[in-house]
Amino acid sequence: MGNSILNVRDIRKSFGALAASDGISLDLHVGEIHALIGPNGAGKSTLIKQIAGGLKPDSGTVEFLGRNVTGMTTAARARMGLGRTFQISALAMDYTVLENAVLGAVGQSGAVFRFFKPAMKDAALLARARAALTRVGLEAQENTITAELSHGQRRQLEVAVALTLAPKAFLMDEPMAGMGAEGSKRLTGFLQELKQEAPILLVEHDMDAVFACADRISVLVYGKIIATGTVEEIRTNPDVRVAYLGEEGAA
Amino acid sequence: MFQERTLDIFVLLILVIVPASAVVTDEPFTITLATRAVIFALAGVGLNLALGQGGLVSFGHAAFFGVGGYAMGILASHAQNYTPIMETPFLIEGTNSMPVIWLVAIVSSGLVALLVGALSLRTSGVYFIMVTLAFGQMFYYFTISWPAYGGEDGLSIYVRNQFPGLNTLDPIQFFGICFALLCIVLFLVDRLNKSPFGLALNGAHQNEERALTVGINVYRLRLVAFVISGAITGLAGALFADLNRFVSPTMFSWQISGEIMIFIILGGVARLFGPVVGAALFILLEHVLGGLSDYWFIYLGVILLAVVLFAKGGIIGKLAKREAGHGQ
Amino acid sequence: MNMLLLIEQILNGLQFGVMLFLMAAGLTLIFGVMGLINLAHGSLYMIGAFAAAAVAGWTGNFLLALIASMAAAAMIGALIELSVIRRLYDRDHLEQVLATFAMILIFSEGTRWVFGSFPLFLNIPDYLKGTVTLPGGIEYSLYRLTIIGIGLAVAVGLFLLISKTRVGMRIRAGENDREMIGALGVDISVLYTLVFALGAALAGLSGALVGAIQSVEVGMGEPVLILAFVVIVIGGIGSIKGALAGAVLVGLTDTLGRTMLPVVFGSFMDPSSATTVGSALASMLIYILMAGVLIFKPTGLFGGS
Repeated sequence: MGNSILNVRDIRKSFGALAASDGISLDLHVGEIHALIGPNGAGKSTLIKQIAGGLKPDSGTVEFLGRNVTGMTTAARARMGLGRTFQISALAMDYTVLENAVLGAVGQSGAVFRFFKPAMKDAALLARARAALTRVGLEAQENTITAELSHGQRRQLEVAVALTLAPKAFLMDEPMAGMGAEGSKRLTGFLQELKQEAPILLVEHDMDAVFACADRISVLVYGKIIATGTVEEIRTNPDVRVAYLGEEGAA
Repeated sequence: MFQERTLDIFVLLILVIVPASAVVTDEPFTITLATRAVIFALAGVGLNLALGQGGLVSFGHAAFFGVGGYAMGILASHAQNYTPIMETPFLIEGTNSMPVIWLVAIVSSGLVALLVGALSLRTSGVYFIMVTLAFGQMFYYFTISWPAYGGEDGLSIYVRNQFPGLNTLDPIQFFGICFALLCIVLFLVDRLNKSPFGLALNGAHQNEERALTVGINVYRLRLVAFVISGAITGLAGALFADLNRFVSPTMFSWQISGEIMIFIILGGVARLFGPVVGAALFILLEHVLGGLSDYWFIYLGVILLAVVLFAKGGIIGKLAKREAGHGQ
Repeated sequence: MNMLLLIEQILNGLQFGVMLFLMAAGLTLIFGVMGLINLAHGSLYMIGAFAAAAVAGWTGNFLLALIASMAAAAMIGALIELSVIRRLYDRDHLEQVLATFAMILIFSEGTRWVFGSFPLFLNIPDYLKGTVTLPGGIEYSLYRLTIIGIGLAVAVGLFLLISKTRVGMRIRAGENDREMIGALGVDISVLYTLVFALGAALAGLSGALVGAIQSVEVGMGEPVLILAFVVIVIGGIGSIKGALAGAVLVGLTDTLGRTMLPVVFGSFMDPSSATTVGSALASMLIYILMAGVLIFKPTGLFGGS
């Protein structure tokens, strides 16, 4: 598994009689965008939570950077370099854009238990935060209160906060949702650039976007991955067409 | 509208001018009222760190107030009776030195906050409120049923404790001590709020998921905040005990927890000076309304209800614009 | 310690637990359906006790007094729900706590203003005085036994109400999904007022029943309220079953702890310090129990994850 950053092995998770993850295995290679698609209720968010750390699998393991992280908390995985963005923006809404980015830098640098020196005057934290904002193109908005940002800008900020972690891998939950065609296209271009430094596991509903940017795709249906392969392989896979694309009308 | 800082300085000035002029007009009772306000403010500043910045709605801060109070009561009563607190395995004597008492109050209430916080922070939301309320009540019943330090009757200390170079029995000098402590704590808490720790604490309050996913151990973060918060309120408890020269289980009662919370809501949640304004207003109301009617708590209840329902942000929220977050 | 005394203490614990259940059931129902933490629930307990004492004073009829306790608490409950509480459903918990705390101040001082500071007394009626002989030759207070009976009957009634009736179905729907209940075409605000009044009536009844054993005074409600919170934390919030289990557990732990701990400590300490240590520890026992539950199952024994 030399070029694998993230390995999910035979994960199982049940809620009562419902097997939300029914023996899922998945990996994320260096330099790729690996998209995870599946109909609603397929168990995508349950899987993401188990990878990120919010939920513990009943059995199976999650390996990140060659270490078994199954028993580790969300925070510990984040400090190892697992950057995450959310479907519904998870940001400190009363903070300015810059403060949100500095918050990311604080977590990354382990500066949480520094009690005296103002965070917003700490050159190292500010530099890291501003660098991330510049990369997503939010540098001009750094003093805007986050709640006042547009939907698309919040998505950008999510990515910027994840970037402050200098992540080794990204976990992105529907980053294109509600972006509009233009914004979606720009983000796709940005992700292509981003994947060179850290591979991206992308959960996405927007099929056009997935087919445009993913290097590999896994299809999750009823807690099982029914196929993994390149865009072309997935497009032509008969099982996938029946289980998923058939309903949506193949893109 | 004022700048919040301008308002803060104005509040501090009033807090100095009122007792100072009472010295001139020889009204020691007014000085005592001002001292009470300052001590309550300190207790509120402690709670505000957990509640305002951290979003931890603790209804059990009377526990720390009481522990601080009993730290003073126990140390001073042993000094007063010339009996050691314990002889084995090593000798611990009582003391009537304020700085030592403060230190013991801060450490012991901090330790109690560590224990209560470690358990309570396993829960959140409504559970957290109920659990902290219950633990506060536990200390109340414990002090009532433990006879060694006065049980239900409490402990009287006949002479106020000593501070090097000052006459602590002179009301204005004791006020000065309390006021200086409040200013020091306000300065430190202000720094704390702006530090990476404060940024993370408030950030986790606004969005816990975000704090976790940038690698912050939110449980530990909140526990540390809760301990600091409890320790500050404990220091206020020690001063309150010294003001009254008396400690009793009522310091642990749930009403005290509620009142500390009232200081914050009257003044303004998560505002540095919120509890200061709130405590001063509380004392003023107690004095004015209490003079009008024996049932002044009815009016307090109505005012509190009105503030909660109609005046979000408390007094400071009405008078000052919000400081632009952490950055300036 | 002899067996008879032990059984008597168990019954006392059960009686205490059943009273706590009446309080906790209302609290947990109101939280489950409306998502509200109501500190003024202790005031409703007090109002029930005062109403009962006043009506018993006028009429001398205990049954009428009990009915009055429920009616007064339900009425005032509905009144505060309509005027204040419903403004709080969408607010955060801090604001709910402060607003209902403000109502405690108003109710407590208001009651003091109307009835004065001296405790009132509510007498147990003659037909419930004295003791009955239970199987095994145990003499036990008829009144306390009646309380246990009433409490268990209310518990059964609540289970039936929630699992079998239309109103109960709506309550369950409201717990699961607030929008769904709107979709069912139920007038949700009427349901909320009803649930709140029901919880209030249970608190009022509890206050009246206990008021006849203890005295009826201002401030009697809040210690019970806090114990009911302990019950809910132990049992799990929103669950009637949890409230019953938690209440009985707390009632038994507290009552047995107070009688037995001094005895236990007496077996290896001198009597006076055994009494001191034992009773001090007994006063903390239920909180220690709560701490244990928090360590092993933070959502309570019957709470979800």
